[in-house]
Amino acid sequence: MQRNTRVLGMAALAVLGLALASFAGRASAGENPAAPQITIDNFSFTPTTLTVAAGTQVTWVNHDDIPHTVVSEDKTTFKSRALDTDEKFSFTFSKPGTYTYFCSIHPKMTAKVIVH
Amino acid sequence: MAPNDEILYDHHHDGIDRRGFLRCMAWAGTGALCVLNGGVLTSYALGRSGDKDKEVKIPKGELAFVQISDSHMGFNKPANPDVVATFQAAIDKINALPIAPEFILHTGDVSHLAKPAEFDNVEQILKSARTSEVFYVPGEHDFVGDEGQQFRERFGKGAQGAGWYSFDKKGVHFVGLVNVANLKAGGLGSLGSEQLEWLEKDVKHLKSSTPLVVFAHIPLWTVYPEWGWGTDDSAQALAYLKRFGSVTVLNGHIHQTMQKVEGNVTFHTACSTAFPQPKPGAAPSPGPMKVPAEQLRTLLGVTDVHYKQGEHALAITDSSLA
Repeated sequence: MQRNTRVLGMAALAVLGLALASFAGRASAGENPAAPQITIDNFSFTPTTLTVAAGTQVTWVNHDDIPHTVVSEDKTTFKSRALDTDEKFSFTFSKPGTYTYFCSIHPKMTAKVIVH
Repeated sequence: MAPNDEILYDHHHDGIDRRGFLRCMAWAGTGALCVLNGGVLTSYALGRSGDKDKEVKIPKGELAFVQISDSHMGFNKPANPDVVATFQAAIDKINALPIAPEFILHTGDVSHLAKPAEFDNVEQILKSARTSEVFYVPGEHDFVGDEGQQFRERFGKGAQGAGWYSFDKKGVHFVGLVNVANLKAGGLGSLGSEQLEWLEKDVKHLKSSTPLVVFAHIPLWTVYPEWGWGTDDSAQALAYLKRFGSVTVLNGHIHQTMQKVEGNVTFHTACSTAFPQPKPGAAPSPGPMKVPAEQLRTLLGVTDVHYKQGEHALAITDSSLA
Protein backbone atom coordinates (compact mmCIF):
# COMPACT_ATOMS: atom_id res chain seq x y z
CA MET A 1 0.00 0.00 0.00
CA GLN A 2 2.76 2.34 1.05
CA ARG A 3 4.72 1.36 -2.06
CA ASN A 4 1.76 2.12 -4.33
CA THR A 5 1.40 5.53 -2.79
CA ARG A 6 5.05 6.23 -3.45
CA VAL A 7 4.77 5.12 -7.08
CA LEU A 8 1.72 7.30 -7.55
CA GLY A 9 3.56 10.16 -5.89
CA MET A 10 6.49 9.78 -8.28
CA ALA A 11 4.15 9.63 -11.26
CA ALA A 12 2.50 12.82 -10.11
CA LEU A 13 5.90 14.47 -9.72
CA ALA A 14 6.90 13.33 -13.19
CA VAL A 15 3.73 14.81 -14.68
CA LEU A 16 4.32 18.01 -12.78
CA GLY A 17 7.93 18.00 -14.01
CA LEU A 18 6.84 17.59 -17.61
CA ALA A 19 4.30 20.37 -17.24
CA LEU A 20 6.94 22.64 -15.74
CA ALA A 21 9.49 21.71 -18.41
CA SER A 22 7.09 22.46 -21.24
CA PHE A 23 6.08 25.70 -19.57
CA ALA A 24 9.76 26.67 -19.09
CA GLY A 25 10.51 25.73 -22.70
CA ARG A 26 7.69 27.89 -23.99
CA ALA A 27 8.60 30.74 -21.70
CA SER A 28 12.29 30.89 -22.71
CA ALA A 29 11.85 30.21 -26.41
CA GLY A 30 9.89 33.39 -26.98
CA GLU A 31 8.27 33.49 -30.41
CA ASN A 32 9.40 30.04 -31.49
CA PRO A 33 7.86 27.41 -29.22
CA ALA A 34 9.77 24.52 -30.85
CA ALA A 35 13.29 26.01 -30.44
CA PRO A 36 15.43 23.08 -29.33
CA GLN A 37 18.20 23.42 -26.80
CA ILE A 38 21.40 21.41 -26.39
CA THR A 39 22.94 21.47 -22.95
CA ILE A 40 26.58 21.12 -21.98
CA ASP A 41 27.10 19.30 -18.69
CA ASN A 42 30.19 17.45 -17.48
CA PHE A 43 32.07 18.02 -20.74
CA SER A 44 29.26 16.45 -22.85
CA PHE A 45 26.65 17.73 -25.28
CA THR A 46 23.10 16.48 -24.60
CA PRO A 47 21.50 15.19 -26.73
CA THR A 48 24.47 13.85 -28.67
CA THR A 49 22.29 13.67 -31.78
CA LEU A 50 19.55 16.20 -32.38
CA THR A 51 17.24 15.98 -35.39
CA VAL A 52 15.49 19.15 -36.57
CA ALA A 53 13.70 20.50 -39.63
CA ALA A 54 15.51 22.91 -41.93
CA GLY A 55 15.14 26.49 -40.75
CA THR A 56 15.25 25.57 -37.06
CA GLN A 57 17.24 27.65 -34.65
CA VAL A 58 19.22 25.51 -32.18
CA THR A 59 20.55 26.96 -28.93
CA TRP A 60 23.41 25.58 -26.84
CA VAL A 61 23.81 26.44 -23.17
CA ASN A 62 26.91 25.70 -21.10
CA HIS A 63 26.16 24.51 -17.56
CA ASP A 64 29.78 23.62 -16.73
CA ASP A 65 32.03 25.87 -14.67
CA ILE A 66 34.65 25.62 -17.42
CA PRO A 67 34.22 27.44 -20.76
CA HIS A 68 33.34 25.49 -23.88
CA THR A 69 32.84 26.34 -27.53
CA VAL A 70 30.48 25.03 -30.20
CA VAL A 71 32.32 24.67 -33.52
CA SER A 72 31.27 22.80 -36.67
CA GLU A 73 33.71 20.07 -37.72
CA ASP A 74 34.74 22.14 -40.78
CA LYS A 75 35.32 25.09 -38.39
CA THR A 76 33.53 27.48 -40.77
CA THR A 77 29.79 26.64 -40.86
CA PHE A 78 29.33 27.83 -37.29
CA LYS A 79 31.68 28.79 -34.49
CA SER A 80 30.76 30.22 -31.12
CA ARG A 81 32.98 32.34 -28.96
CA ALA A 82 33.98 30.79 -25.61
CA LEU A 83 30.81 30.21 -23.62
CA ASP A 84 31.32 30.74 -19.92
CA THR A 85 28.95 29.28 -17.35
CA ASP A 86 25.28 29.61 -18.43
CA GLU A 87 26.18 31.47 -21.62
CA LYS A 88 24.34 30.54 -24.80
CA PHE A 89 24.98 30.27 -28.52
CA SER A 90 22.38 29.90 -31.27
CA PHE A 91 22.59 28.87 -34.90
CA THR A 92 19.84 28.48 -37.49
CA PHE A 93 20.25 25.41 -39.71
CA SER A 94 18.88 26.40 -43.09
CA LYS A 95 20.16 23.50 -45.21
CA PRO A 96 19.51 19.78 -44.69
CA GLY A 97 22.49 17.64 -43.79
CA THR A 98 24.44 16.12 -40.91
CA TYR A 99 26.43 18.66 -38.95
CA THR A 100 29.08 17.22 -36.65
CA TYR A 101 30.41 19.73 -34.18
CA PHE A 102 32.81 19.83 -31.22
CA CYS A 103 34.27 21.98 -28.48
CA SER A 104 37.51 23.45 -29.81
CA ILE A 105 38.89 23.73 -26.27
CA HIS A 106 38.07 20.10 -25.40
CA PRO A 107 37.94 18.37 -28.81
CA LYS A 108 36.97 15.03 -27.26
CA MET A 109 33.51 16.61 -26.88
CA THR A 110 31.65 15.87 -30.12
CA ALA A 111 27.98 15.62 -31.12
CA LYS A 112 25.81 16.19 -34.21
CA VAL A 113 22.73 17.91 -35.52
CA ILE A 114 20.80 16.20 -38.31
CA VAL A 115 18.75 18.60 -40.41
CA HIS A 116 15.87 17.32 -42.60
CA MET B 1 56.84 4.94 2.07
CA ALA B 2 54.72 1.90 1.36
CA PRO B 3 56.46 -0.57 -0.99
CA ASN B 4 53.65 -0.31 -3.52
CA ASP B 5 54.41 3.38 -4.06
CA GLU B 6 57.61 2.38 -5.80
CA ILE B 7 58.02 1.70 -9.48
CA LEU B 8 61.11 -0.31 -10.25
CA TYR B 9 62.79 0.27 -13.52
CA ASP B 10 66.06 -1.09 -14.74
CA HIS B 11 67.82 -1.40 -18.06
CA HIS B 12 71.13 -1.13 -19.90
CA HIS B 13 71.54 0.13 -23.43
CA ASP B 14 72.88 2.84 -25.77
CA GLY B 15 76.39 2.79 -24.29
CA ILE B 16 75.58 5.46 -21.73
CA ASP B 17 75.05 2.83 -19.08
CA ARG B 18 71.85 4.28 -17.84
CA ARG B 19 69.93 2.70 -15.05
CA GLY B 20 66.83 4.21 -13.74
CA PHE B 21 65.19 3.77 -10.44
CA LEU B 22 61.99 5.65 -10.02
CA ARG B 23 60.24 5.93 -6.77
CA CYS B 24 57.27 8.18 -6.76
CA MET B 25 55.60 9.36 -3.66
CA ALA B 26 51.95 9.61 -2.99
CA TRP B 27 52.08 13.28 -3.63
CA ALA B 28 49.19 15.29 -2.38
CA GLY B 29 50.08 17.94 0.07
CA THR B 30 53.71 17.09 0.75
CA GLY B 31 55.56 17.33 -2.55
CA ALA B 32 58.20 15.00 -3.87
CA LEU B 33 61.74 15.64 -4.96
CA CYS B 34 62.98 13.51 -7.82
CA VAL B 35 66.72 13.41 -8.35
CA LEU B 36 68.25 11.89 -11.46
CA ASN B 37 71.93 11.23 -10.94
CA GLY B 38 74.08 9.22 -13.32
CA GLY B 39 70.95 7.55 -14.59
CA VAL B 40 69.49 6.74 -11.21
CA LEU B 41 66.31 8.60 -10.45
CA THR B 42 65.04 8.63 -6.91
CA SER B 43 62.36 10.62 -5.19
CA TYR B 44 62.28 11.80 -1.63
CA ALA B 45 59.50 13.15 0.48
CA LEU B 46 59.57 16.87 0.99
CA GLY B 47 58.50 17.66 4.48
CA ARG B 48 56.05 20.41 5.15
CA SER B 49 57.61 23.69 6.21
CA GLY B 50 60.21 23.23 8.92
CA ASP B 51 60.83 19.55 8.27
CA LYS B 52 64.37 20.20 7.03
CA ASP B 53 65.73 16.72 7.84
CA LYS B 54 63.88 15.11 5.01
CA GLU B 55 64.86 17.67 2.42
CA VAL B 56 67.63 16.87 -0.02
CA LYS B 57 70.44 19.37 -0.33
CA ILE B 58 70.98 20.36 -3.92
CA PRO B 59 74.61 20.84 -4.96
CA LYS B 60 75.69 24.27 -6.16
CA GLY B 61 76.88 25.21 -9.63
CA GLU B 62 74.01 23.80 -11.60
CA LEU B 63 71.20 25.09 -13.72
CA ALA B 64 68.06 25.67 -11.71
CA PHE B 65 64.72 26.61 -13.18
CA VAL B 66 61.10 26.45 -12.18
CA GLN B 67 58.05 25.23 -14.04
CA ILE B 68 54.68 26.82 -13.36
CA SER B 69 51.50 25.89 -15.15
CA ASP B 70 47.80 26.45 -15.63
CA SER B 71 47.47 29.81 -13.91
CA HIS B 72 44.01 30.13 -15.58
CA MET B 73 43.96 33.84 -14.84
CA GLY B 74 40.32 34.92 -14.98
CA PHE B 75 38.88 31.73 -13.46
CA ASN B 76 36.68 32.66 -10.49
CA LYS B 77 34.57 29.61 -9.65
CA PRO B 78 34.70 27.11 -6.78
CA ALA B 79 37.08 25.90 -5.43
CA ASN B 80 39.23 28.97 -6.19
CA PRO B 81 37.55 32.36 -6.44
CA ASP B 82 40.95 34.07 -6.18
CA VAL B 83 43.46 32.73 -8.72
CA VAL B 84 45.44 35.97 -8.41
CA ALA B 85 46.22 35.17 -4.77
CA THR B 86 47.28 31.59 -5.48
CA PHE B 87 49.39 32.69 -8.45
CA GLN B 88 51.06 35.27 -6.23
CA ALA B 89 51.60 32.54 -3.61
CA ALA B 90 53.35 30.45 -6.27
CA ILE B 91 55.66 33.36 -7.10
CA ASP B 92 56.32 33.89 -3.38
CA LYS B 93 57.22 30.21 -3.13
CA ILE B 94 59.67 30.61 -6.01
CA ASN B 95 61.17 33.72 -4.46
CA ALA B 96 61.74 31.82 -1.22
CA LEU B 97 63.79 29.07 -2.91
CA PRO B 98 67.40 28.84 -1.69
CA ILE B 99 68.66 29.29 -5.27
CA ALA B 100 67.08 31.89 -7.58
CA PRO B 101 65.94 30.04 -10.70
CA GLU B 102 67.69 30.98 -13.93
CA PHE B 103 64.30 31.24 -15.58
CA ILE B 104 60.69 30.18 -15.29
CA LEU B 105 58.84 27.97 -17.75
CA HIS B 106 55.09 28.50 -17.94
CA THR B 107 53.53 25.44 -19.56
CA GLY B 108 50.31 27.06 -20.66
CA ASP B 109 46.75 27.96 -19.82
CA VAL B 110 48.25 31.24 -18.72
CA SER B 111 44.76 32.72 -19.09
CA HIS B 112 41.29 31.26 -18.69
CA LEU B 113 39.69 32.93 -21.72
CA ALA B 114 42.61 34.55 -23.61
CA LYS B 115 41.46 38.03 -22.56
CA PRO B 116 44.04 40.84 -22.66
CA ALA B 117 43.45 41.69 -18.99
CA GLU B 118 44.13 38.09 -17.99
CA PHE B 119 47.46 38.03 -19.82
CA ASP B 120 48.29 41.48 -18.38
CA ASN B 121 47.66 40.23 -14.87
CA VAL B 122 50.00 37.26 -15.23
CA GLU B 123 52.75 39.39 -16.74
CA GLN B 124 52.37 41.96 -13.99
CA ILE B 125 52.57 39.39 -11.18
CA LEU B 126 55.53 37.65 -12.80
CA LYS B 127 57.46 40.92 -12.63
CA SER B 128 57.86 40.24 -8.91
CA ALA B 129 59.51 36.86 -9.57
CA ARG B 130 63.18 36.59 -8.66
CA THR B 131 64.33 35.41 -12.07
CA SER B 132 65.55 36.98 -15.29
CA GLU B 133 63.38 35.31 -17.90
CA VAL B 134 60.05 33.61 -18.42
CA PHE B 135 59.41 31.21 -21.29
CA TYR B 136 55.86 30.30 -22.28
CA VAL B 137 54.06 27.69 -24.31
CA PRO B 138 50.32 28.07 -24.84
CA GLY B 139 47.46 26.00 -23.50
CA GLU B 140 44.15 25.57 -25.32
CA HIS B 141 42.59 28.30 -23.17
CA ASP B 142 45.20 30.77 -24.48
CA PHE B 143 44.09 29.97 -28.04
CA VAL B 144 40.37 30.66 -27.49
CA GLY B 145 38.91 32.93 -30.14
CA ASP B 146 42.02 33.87 -32.12
CA GLU B 147 44.03 30.63 -32.39
CA GLY B 148 46.77 32.17 -30.30
CA GLN B 149 47.47 35.35 -32.24
CA GLN B 150 47.49 37.52 -29.14
CA PHE B 151 49.45 34.94 -27.16
CA ARG B 152 52.18 34.86 -29.81
CA GLU B 153 52.34 38.65 -29.96
CA ARG B 154 52.94 38.78 -26.21
CA PHE B 155 54.94 35.65 -25.43
CA GLY B 156 56.07 34.16 -28.71
CA LYS B 157 58.50 36.71 -30.18
CA GLY B 158 60.88 34.91 -32.50
CA ALA B 159 58.92 31.67 -32.30
CA GLN B 160 58.02 29.61 -35.36
CA GLY B 161 54.65 28.49 -36.71
CA ALA B 162 52.00 28.31 -33.99
CA GLY B 163 54.62 29.39 -31.43
CA TRP B 164 57.29 26.67 -31.07
CA TYR B 165 60.96 27.43 -30.37
CA SER B 166 64.15 26.14 -28.79
CA PHE B 167 67.07 27.58 -26.82
CA ASP B 168 70.20 26.43 -24.99
CA LYS B 169 71.19 27.05 -21.38
CA LYS B 170 74.38 25.70 -19.79
CA GLY B 171 74.63 22.78 -22.15
CA VAL B 172 70.96 21.80 -21.90
CA HIS B 173 68.80 22.10 -25.02
CA PHE B 174 65.24 23.31 -24.33
CA VAL B 175 62.39 22.83 -26.79
CA GLY B 176 59.00 24.54 -26.36
CA LEU B 177 56.26 22.81 -28.37
CA VAL B 178 52.68 23.81 -29.16
CA ASN B 179 50.11 21.00 -29.08
CA VAL B 180 46.93 23.06 -28.77
CA ALA B 181 46.67 24.51 -32.30
CA ASN B 182 44.28 23.23 -34.99
CA LEU B 183 42.63 20.70 -32.71
CA LYS B 184 40.27 18.37 -34.56
CA ALA B 185 36.85 17.09 -33.54
CA GLY B 186 37.26 13.94 -31.46
CA GLY B 187 41.06 14.26 -31.30
CA LEU B 188 43.67 14.78 -28.60
CA GLY B 189 46.43 17.38 -28.49
CA SER B 190 48.24 17.75 -31.79
CA LEU B 191 51.69 18.88 -32.91
CA GLY B 192 51.12 18.72 -36.67
CA SER B 193 53.50 17.82 -39.48
CA GLU B 194 55.09 21.27 -39.82
CA GLN B 195 56.16 21.33 -36.18
CA LEU B 196 57.35 17.71 -36.28
CA GLU B 197 59.56 18.49 -39.27
CA TRP B 198 60.95 21.49 -37.44
CA LEU B 199 61.67 19.38 -34.33
CA GLU B 200 63.50 16.75 -36.35
CA LYS B 201 65.76 19.45 -37.83
CA ASP B 202 66.14 21.27 -34.52
CA VAL B 203 67.67 18.29 -32.68
CA LYS B 204 69.54 16.79 -35.64
CA HIS B 205 72.79 18.67 -35.06
CA LEU B 206 72.93 17.89 -31.32
CA LYS B 207 75.17 15.27 -29.75
CA SER B 208 73.30 12.34 -28.20
CA SER B 209 74.85 13.26 -24.86
CA THR B 210 73.11 16.68 -24.86
CA PRO B 211 70.46 16.73 -22.13
CA LEU B 212 67.08 17.72 -23.57
CA VAL B 213 64.15 19.35 -21.84
CA VAL B 214 60.96 19.38 -23.91
CA PHE B 215 58.02 21.36 -22.60
CA ALA B 216 54.46 21.63 -23.91
CA HIS B 217 51.01 22.12 -22.41
CA ILE B 218 49.14 18.86 -23.02
CA PRO B 219 51.02 15.74 -21.89
CA LEU B 220 53.19 14.20 -24.62
CA TRP B 221 52.36 10.77 -23.24
CA THR B 222 48.92 9.23 -23.07
CA VAL B 223 47.66 9.88 -19.56
CA TYR B 224 43.92 9.42 -20.14
CA PRO B 225 42.62 9.77 -23.71
CA GLU B 226 38.98 9.64 -22.58
CA TRP B 227 39.53 13.12 -21.14
CA GLY B 228 41.79 14.28 -23.94
CA TRP B 229 44.89 13.90 -21.78
CA GLY B 230 47.40 12.99 -24.46
CA THR B 231 48.78 14.11 -27.83
CA ASP B 232 47.85 12.27 -31.02
CA ASP B 233 51.22 12.55 -32.76
CA SER B 234 53.59 12.65 -29.76
CA ALA B 235 55.08 9.23 -30.64
CA GLN B 236 56.60 10.80 -33.77
CA ALA B 237 58.17 13.58 -31.72
CA LEU B 238 59.56 11.14 -29.18
CA ALA B 239 61.06 9.03 -31.98
CA TYR B 240 63.29 12.00 -32.88
CA LEU B 241 64.48 12.14 -29.25
CA LYS B 242 65.18 8.44 -28.85
CA ARG B 243 68.94 8.63 -29.38
CA PHE B 244 69.43 11.12 -26.55
CA GLY B 245 70.69 9.90 -23.21
CA SER B 246 68.66 12.27 -21.07
CA VAL B 247 65.26 13.63 -22.05
CA THR B 248 62.92 15.37 -19.64
CA VAL B 249 59.38 16.15 -20.80
CA LEU B 250 57.51 18.77 -18.77
CA ASN B 251 53.77 19.24 -19.25
CA GLY B 252 50.76 20.80 -17.54
CA HIS B 253 47.07 20.59 -18.50
CA ILE B 254 45.98 17.90 -16.04
CA HIS B 255 46.38 20.05 -12.90
CA GLN B 256 48.14 17.35 -10.90
CA THR B 257 51.62 15.87 -10.76
CA MET B 258 52.29 12.63 -12.52
CA GLN B 259 55.55 11.05 -13.52
CA LYS B 260 56.62 8.22 -15.77
CA VAL B 261 59.96 6.96 -17.06
CA GLU B 262 60.23 5.29 -20.43
CA GLY B 263 63.71 4.48 -21.69
CA ASN B 264 65.76 7.62 -21.22
CA VAL B 265 62.70 9.85 -21.13
CA THR B 266 61.26 11.17 -17.90
CA PHE B 267 57.74 12.56 -18.27
CA HIS B 268 56.46 14.92 -15.65
CA THR B 269 53.32 17.00 -15.26
CA ALA B 270 53.07 19.99 -12.94
CA CYS B 271 50.29 21.19 -10.68
CA SER B 272 48.14 24.16 -11.55
CA THR B 273 48.42 27.35 -9.55
CA ALA B 274 44.64 27.85 -9.95
CA PHE B 275 42.54 24.76 -9.30
CA PRO B 276 43.01 20.97 -9.00
CA GLN B 277 41.48 18.43 -11.36
CA PRO B 278 40.40 14.90 -10.47
CA LYS B 279 42.55 11.82 -10.97
CA PRO B 280 41.93 10.16 -14.36
CA GLY B 281 38.44 8.67 -14.42
CA ALA B 282 37.78 9.53 -10.77
CA ALA B 283 34.92 11.92 -11.65
CA PRO B 284 32.31 12.20 -14.43
CA SER B 285 34.42 14.89 -16.12
CA PRO B 286 37.79 16.61 -15.79
CA GLY B 287 36.10 19.78 -14.46
CA PRO B 288 37.58 21.66 -11.49
CA MET B 289 37.75 19.62 -8.31
CA LYS B 290 35.83 21.33 -5.54
CA VAL B 291 37.79 21.00 -2.34
CA PRO B 292 37.47 22.67 1.06
CA ALA B 293 39.21 26.06 1.17
CA GLU B 294 41.78 24.86 3.71
CA GLN B 295 42.77 22.01 1.39
CA LEU B 296 43.06 24.03 -1.83
CA ARG B 297 46.67 25.13 -1.54
CA THR B 298 47.86 21.59 -0.80
CA LEU B 299 46.66 20.68 -4.30
CA LEU B 300 48.27 23.60 -6.13
CA GLY B 301 51.96 24.03 -6.65
CA VAL B 302 55.15 24.76 -8.54
CA THR B 303 57.87 22.51 -9.95
CA ASP B 304 61.53 23.19 -9.36
CA VAL B 305 64.10 21.61 -11.71
CA HIS B 306 67.87 21.40 -11.23
CA TYR B 307 70.47 20.20 -13.68
CA LYS B 308 73.99 19.41 -12.62
CA GLN B 309 76.40 19.93 -15.46
CA GLY B 310 78.44 16.97 -16.67
CA GLU B 311 76.71 14.49 -14.44
CA HIS B 312 73.47 13.86 -16.29
CA ALA B 313 71.76 14.94 -13.15
CA LEU B 314 68.31 16.36 -13.14
CA ALA B 315 66.25 16.88 -10.07
CA ILE B 316 62.55 17.60 -10.21
CA THR B 317 60.88 18.94 -7.10
CA ASP B 318 57.17 19.52 -6.75
CA SER B 319 56.03 21.63 -3.88
CA SER B 320 52.53 22.59 -2.92
CA LEU B 321 51.45 26.13 -2.08
CA ALA B 322 50.38 25.06 1.40
